[in-house]
Amino acid sequence: MTSLSAKDKDTVRAFWGKISGRAPDIGKEALGRMLFVYPQTKTYFAHWKDLSPGSAPVAKHGATIMAGVGDAVSKIDDLTTGLFNLSELHAFTLRVDPANFKIFSHNILVVLAIQYPNDFTPEVHVAMDKFLACVSLALSEKYR
Amino acid sequence: MVEWTEQERTIITTIFSNLDYEDVGPKALARCLIVYPWTQRYFASFGNLYNAEAIKTNPNIAAHGTKVLHGLDRAVKNLDNIKATYAELSVLHSEKLHVDPDNFKLLADCLTIVIAAKLGSAFTPETQAAFQKFLAVVVSALGRQYH
Repeated sequence: MTSLSAKDKDTVRAFWGKISGRAPDIGKEALGRMLFVYPQTKTYFAHWKDLSPGSAPVAKHGATIMAGVGDAVSKIDDLTTGLFNLSELHAFTLRVDPANFKIFSHNILVVLAIQYPNDFTPEVHVAMDKFLACVSLALSEKYR
Repeated sequence: MVEWTEQERTIITTIFSNLDYEDVGPKALARCLIVYPWTQRYFASFGNLYNAEAIKTNPNIAAHGTKVLHGLDRAVKNLDNIKATYAELSVLHSEKLHVDPDNFKLLADCLTIVIAAKLGSAFTPETQAAFQKFLAVVVSALGRQYH
């Protein structure tokens, strides 16, 4: 599986520095898009009243998830250790199929392209794609 | 047979009628080669692909990106029969070009990102859904004749 080079980590940290102020909004957009474009992901949120893009539960939860991504940036040097508790949560309590991490990551990238068309260069794109893949892998650690 | 709503048809034809092929095509292909470097295996004869800058300024890549994007025009014009429309192209990619069909999805994802960056907030969730559905059908049709 992929590992992050020093350059990847620098690129991710620098880009995150630019976007972290809008993290809750990015999360809201990405989650709303995922639920709309990949309707099978709605199965995890059957307990919400409103699953439409921009709704209150989507906004709140999108922000929660992006806060987790921000936390992962700060722990980028050892994601497996850093995301230990979150991995246990996803494995034993939430039991989200890890295929969905890839889907959510894709939607984060789409939102970044929309909101940062000039900053989300191919070089930033590859670093962020690798980073999100590593986060997904760390989240899957405790599954089996 | 793929079912398209009127809204989906409108979204897809509108995107392509407003498309700057010479800008989006090169950007999408370059991004694919940078983000998924193993895709460079198909472009060994295209010259300098040594780093991101070289890829972005390579005129052969730019020309090919435009060509590939125009290749989607036939699908847009034949939304109800993309599988048959691309039968020959599928054979070409399999028998002559020997492209692993998994790569089609990678290029499709990069094209989505480039279009999203161009359209900005106009790339609504509905637009994204229709565009990704279109690309998924194209990708499937291109892989159809592999054996």
